[in-house]
This record gives sequence, structure tokens and C-alpha cells, in this order.
Amino acid sequence: MSLNVLFSQVAVGVAASGGGGEFEAPRVEEFFWPLVGGNSYWALTRPAIVLLLSVAVIGWFFVTVAGRLTVVPSKRQFVAETAYDFVRNTIARDIIGAKDFKPFLPLLLTVFTMILFNNVMGIFPFVQFPTMSRIAFPIVLTAIIYITYHAVAIKRKHGVGGYLKSLVPPGLPGWLKPIMFVLEFLTYFFIRPLTLALRLFGNMLAGHLMLLVFILGGEYLLLHGSNIGIQASGVLGLGFGVVMTFFELLVQFLQAFIFTLLSALYISDAVSEHH
Amino acid sequence: MTGNITYLGYGLAAIGPGIGVGLIFAAYINGVARQPEARGMLQTIAFTGMALTEALAILGLVFVFVFAG
Repeated sequence: MSLNVLFSQVAVGVAASGGGGEFEAPRVEEFFWPLVGGNSYWALTRPAIVLLLSVAVIGWFFVTVAGRLTVVPSKRQFVAETAYDFVRNTIARDIIGAKDFKPFLPLLLTVFTMILFNNVMGIFPFVQFPTMSRIAFPIVLTAIIYITYHAVAIKRKHGVGGYLKSLVPPGLPGWLKPIMFVLEFLTYFFIRPLTLALRLFGNMLAGHLMLLVFILGGEYLLLHGSNIGIQASGVLGLGFGVVMTFFELLVQFLQAFIFTLLSALYISDAVSEHH
Repeated sequence: MTGNITYLGYGLAAIGPGIGVGLIFAAYINGVARQPEARGMLQTIAFTGMALTEALAILGLVFVFVFAG
């Protein structure tokens, strides 16, 4: 696996640095990969391909597993049940509550599996592109969550007026109420969607950029180093790149988990009767 | 190799949220160790707090790109 990472990233590096010369650190521009359509607005990009792949694979996986469920589970059914169980019990039921969690389960499971698959594609051999490192994809996912929790809250709290009134916790002195309202309004309408999208985006971009730095830097030190000491440090850099790849796997799972967890948390705020 | 001083600034700015997130999870682990049955409730509170604290670091990351360009 590490060898594949190496080859594809070195290819990027040689293309970026013009084949030797001075070392150029990886840049954000390297995350734009138009495959069809060039620099126009309708380019078919690499993350779009990865996203379509994820839809096909996840759809195929769950549909075929759900088609033939058995009492003694097959290996694939076991994997599907583990993922479902994790989202249902650890995330949805514990946070939204046993009474209300069922309608939101399909949304949460879809979001979780989709983000997890797309994140793991960041270190998967030959694909190696974290879809969520392009800001558009987290924004769309966040928009779905944003519309969901506001719509649920408006329905549960008897209209827009009731929803806005429920933002202020009860039992506050009168002069504190406007200040709290502004703070809570900003949190619910701006800070929450902003951080939800940017957390996923930032973690995926920074993580992949870090891998690029270690592997490109190691390659540069190894191939262009002037003496044996520098070349040895290049080997060290490449080795650390491999270690960081496994660390990325942990981060990728954690980000999928946190995104789903926070979505559930926001939905639970919307369905709860009190504040 | 050229760079931008804003990257260094972001590194410094990330210290605060880093300490904050550390404190939150230290308190969470303490709480679960003392009272394991409170895990579910504490988890929710811990992740809410982490989301708020981490927001500062994430806004910093965005400002790096905004002001670097």
C-alpha cells in the first residue's frame, strides 16, 4: 500500500517541481484535478469520480446485503450490521433518544458510510484522493443536515416564532435575554453549519497535505540529497509518511464519526421539548 | 523554498484550542473513570464542548487561506 502512495505522490511531485531543481512544498492548488473539461466551470474532476464511485459501491453493498439477510450472517452481512449497529445504537439512540431517533436513522447511516468511504479513499491505493478536501462536498452534506434540523425544529416547536423563542433558555433575567438570543442565534444559524463543514474539510485537506509533505520531502531528500546523511533522513521521512498514513486512517474514521455525532446532536436539539 | 508568515501564525493560534480540547477530554476521561454509567451523557457534553473549542482553530485555518491570497 505504501509503495502505491509513494509512486503516485512522487509523480505529482516531479510534475509540480518540474523534474528536479529546488524543492517545492505541496500547495493547495494540487487538490484541483480536472480529468475532463479542463479549467472550465463544468470540469469532471477527480473528487467527483471518487464520489460517484462511493455512491455505486455503498449502494451496491447495502442493496445486495439487504436482499438476502440470513439468521447466521455472512461476512458481508456482518460488516453491514456492524456499521448499522454502530450508527443506530452508539450515535442515534444515545443522542437523539429512544423515542425520536428512528426517522433520522437512514440519513445518519447514509452520511456516516458516505463520509467514511470517501475519507478512506484518501489513502486507498490508486484512488488516493480525499473527496472532502474539496470544500464543495462538505458544504452540500452540511446543507442537508442544516435544512433537516431547522425544518424539524420549526415543525416541533410550533412555527418559526416558537423556534426563535425556544433559543433562549428559560429562567434568565430580562436584561440577559437579548444578549443570549443573539449568541444562540449566531450559534444555531452560522457557527454550527460553518464549523460542521469546515471541520471535515480542514481535517481532510490538512491530513492529505501532511502526507504530501512527508512523502515529497522524503523523496526529494533521498534522490537529490548531496550526502549520505541527508539521504538517510529522506528514508526516515518516507518511513514517517507510512506511519502517518495509518494515523490518517484513524483521523478519517474519527471525522466521519464526529460529523455524524454532531448531526445527531443538532437534530436532538431540534426534537427536544425544552431548550 | 518560499513560504508565508500566516502559516506560522496559524501554528501559534492553534495552541489555544489545542490546550482547550485537551482539557475537555481530560475532564471527560476523569468523569467516565469515576462514574462509568454516565458515559453517554458525558460524551454528548464533551463533543459539544469540543465542537465549540475546535471552531476557533478551524476559523484560523480558513483565515490562513483568506489572508494568504
